[in-house]
Amino acid sequence: MSMAGYETIIGLEVHCELKTATKLFCGCRNQFGDEPNTNVCPVCVGLPGSLPVLNEKAVEFAIRIGLALECEVKWSNFHRKNYFYPDMPKDFQISQYDLPLNEHGRIELPDGSVVGITRAHMEEDTGKSTHLGGSGRIHGADASLIDYNRSGVPLVEIVSEPDMRSGVQARAYVAELRAILVAVGATDGRMEEGSMRVDANVSVRKPGDPFGKRCEIKNLNSLRSLQRAIEYEALRQVDCIEAGERIVQETRHWDEAAGRTGSMRSKEEANDYRYFPEPDLVPLAPSVEWIAEIRRGLPALPKARRQALVQLLGSDDQATLDLVATVVDRDLDALVVEATAAGAPAQLALTRAANELNAEGVLPSAASFAATCQLEASGALSATQAKTVLAALIEEPDADPKDLAAKLGFEQLSDDTLSTAVAEVIQANDDEWTRFAGGDDKLAQFFIGKVMAATKGKANGKAVISLLNERRAAAAS
Amino acid sequence: MTTAHELAAQVRSGQISASEALEHSFAAIDARDHELHAFLYLDHDGARKAAKAVDAVVAAGGDPGPLAGVPIGIKDNLAMRGVPTTCGSKILDGWKPPYTATVVERLVAAGAVPVGKTNLDEFAMGSSTENSAFGPSRNPHDVTKVPGGSSGGSAVAVAAGFVPVALGSDTGGSIRQPAAFCGLVGYKPSYGHVSRYGLVAFSSSLDQVGPFTTTVADAALVTQVIGGHDPADSTSMPDAYEDLVAACGRGVKGLKVGLCRDLLDGADAEIVERVRLAASVLEAAGAEIVDLAIPELRLGLSAYYLIAPAEASSNLARYDGVRFGLRVEREDVAAMNVATRTAGFGPEVKRRIMLGTYALSAGYYDAYYGQAQKTRRLITNALDAAYTKVDVLLGATTPTTAFGFGDKVADPMSMYLSDLFTIPTNLAGHGAMSVPFGNSAAGMPIGVQILSPGRRDDRLFQVGAVLEAGVAK
Repeated sequence: MSMAGYETIIGLEVHCELKTATKLFCGCRNQFGDEPNTNVCPVCVGLPGSLPVLNEKAVEFAIRIGLALECEVKWSNFHRKNYFYPDMPKDFQISQYDLPLNEHGRIELPDGSVVGITRAHMEEDTGKSTHLGGSGRIHGADASLIDYNRSGVPLVEIVSEPDMRSGVQARAYVAELRAILVAVGATDGRMEEGSMRVDANVSVRKPGDPFGKRCEIKNLNSLRSLQRAIEYEALRQVDCIEAGERIVQETRHWDEAAGRTGSMRSKEEANDYRYFPEPDLVPLAPSVEWIAEIRRGLPALPKARRQALVQLLGSDDQATLDLVATVVDRDLDALVVEATAAGAPAQLALTRAANELNAEGVLPSAASFAATCQLEASGALSATQAKTVLAALIEEPDADPKDLAAKLGFEQLSDDTLSTAVAEVIQANDDEWTRFAGGDDKLAQFFIGKVMAATKGKANGKAVISLLNERRAAAAS
Repeated sequence: MTTAHELAAQVRSGQISASEALEHSFAAIDARDHELHAFLYLDHDGARKAAKAVDAVVAAGGDPGPLAGVPIGIKDNLAMRGVPTTCGSKILDGWKPPYTATVVERLVAAGAVPVGKTNLDEFAMGSSTENSAFGPSRNPHDVTKVPGGSSGGSAVAVAAGFVPVALGSDTGGSIRQPAAFCGLVGYKPSYGHVSRYGLVAFSSSLDQVGPFTTTVADAALVTQVIGGHDPADSTSMPDAYEDLVAACGRGVKGLKVGLCRDLLDGADAEIVERVRLAASVLEAAGAEIVDLAIPELRLGLSAYYLIAPAEASSNLARYDGVRFGLRVEREDVAAMNVATRTAGFGPEVKRRIMLGTYALSAGYYDAYYGQAQKTRRLITNALDAAYTKVDVLLGATTPTTAFGFGDKVADPMSMYLSDLFTIPTNLAGHGAMSVPFGNSAAGMPIGVQILSPGRRDDRLFQVGAVLEAGVAK
């Protein structure tokens, strides 16, 4: 299997659950993981006579998303998408059709590539089915259990243009989109809990040809699955074409364990959704003033935050950009900026934040993070010691890094003590010293290791090297 | 019979207790409903409890509200907590809603006593109650004749003197047509005035709840109770109406009344004659009568029979056997859905679901549903234009008086035509009222219809009250 001579065309549909307190059209709690069928009412189980009332907070979140994706926020309305499925209680989904709330946006990825956003519209989620027996899908199941807690949870569906050309780029797009959605506070972005769900439209073509027939891949529950599924599917399509077969436009299911996509249904079997305007709701016409107010309340977005860091660092080599991306992705950029302002070297703060800290856990204060970086920069702590102090700070965020270093036995050795230790190590390893003095630099690590052992790790590696070099120079003269 | 105004006054002053009034209702129902079949369900326990609560308030020197102790019939497409709600369909067999419709809650809060659920054409689709899965209701004026529909049971309950007031719903004439057939006041409020929360949807953009009463003033009283903004219904209007009870006494002096040819042509001669007589009564009371034509109204029927079935096809999808009502077990879900719907829905409902599904289908949407929506706009615009010249329109409610059982069952089109004059109001979202105005030679009631611009329903009550007084003379 090879992609030689072909390019992959990818467009993504991302469903994002909004973290409102209540559902889109009723006052039921919007909470993942509660006892099944406890967050339900006549509206979200579609009882006869019930009517939807639009949740204003959900609209606000949807507009935040639209603005963050640089969309036009427009006069819009809701439509009914009609099809039968047991976990969809009204047997229609209230969604948006030809007049979505947000249209014509874009996302710039960290590598500088731009992916167009066709639309970001509002809709309600369905309930959740669990099929017992058989394959775990509805067909052939012995019985099905339905939890309507999720029914009516607000979603925004973000549809991209077919602008992506590789699984890696698609993965970067979803990562960036997720970072934006989390930054604007609209979602928790947890793919494993289904609060972000991705469907991928994949086709292949020879460069310059028109788009090929596309397949839609469902069940992509992680960034890794997304990339793997796209790469598999592109190869499958190329194989088909090379074997003289035609690609059938269809929906395919990603089988994570098997690492394969499999056919679910073809376009011929596709539903006619019979969209028509939802008569139980009035048009959604957000005022210019409201949109402006929401725009004013938007936080700095990942791209701007990355740019701010790069500017602070004064460096944009790839290694730095990678660290910057990690730090912003983990929401640690503010800490780096504050620590730098408090006197830490920016590059060191960036590296330590990217590699040693995690925003999910407890974070050191900017002052103590800065103090630790300064101790390392001055040579008072070795890199290993600084990392250990940072780990200790996470356990005791209020502690002074100097006290922690002392408690860990990291107080700096006096020059005399170190000098004596180096002299003793040289004396005890005569052969190695002769070779080192003769120019075999590889042995520096050997001596550092010995000195470290002798000082129980308290020696500063840089100081040891400079002492060794001094003595070598003295021996040579 | 005693009006709601009179009865509420008697209950509030302690002349009669709500419980006594209720037992009079139950006795009247017991005596004749086996023949007329107005009710599908009598809520004896719930009603007696509600009546006692009203009596307790009176006994404590309090005021139970403007409908104190008034027994009321509720069309069986309005949800009442714990009370069977069938919509006249087998598919809802055994379903008891866990919640109560806003209009019923407001009635009870005003002291009214819901006595039970009244018969209707299945899911309010029909003009005679012959489409009820539980058998038709009979016209108290002549039991060989239909009472009209779909709110036929409510009309019968009031016309037979079982209750002074009943609620119906009007999607294309389902209150006004049976009111005309049974000699009652039937009022469809402007769309958005009365909450639809708890009204089982037939066609969401057309449905509106309204009252059947024996007097225009009673219709005003009941509407003031059930009307007004409801946050649970996004299409309910936030602003209040003018005082409708007061409007009943305002007279019609200086009011311009459009006698509309397109709300008369095709009606029986004696109905046309009664409408002209009604116009002369209004003229005598100081109104100015203007003859006019609004030919666009003729397009209403075809637009309606695309829009209403289209919405119904979607609204009725939820009757799938999964969560409530009838379930016919089969080996898998899809087969169970089909078997349940096949067994649960009657022929007229199936016809409209198919019609509506077709009208919304890919490739047909523009030609059918899309075109119907444009026609709807055309009709609304034509009515708006007419209302720059006149304050209200006057016409017939129905082309004929009540017809016999089975007369129109075989030919759906002839049945649909009985809604010809009532449908345009629903399409435009305006208010309209049918007021009884004498009888045919055969002794069957004739209704005249008053139409008003949207949310100027107060004019209906002005005109209706004058006609009511005029016919009595």
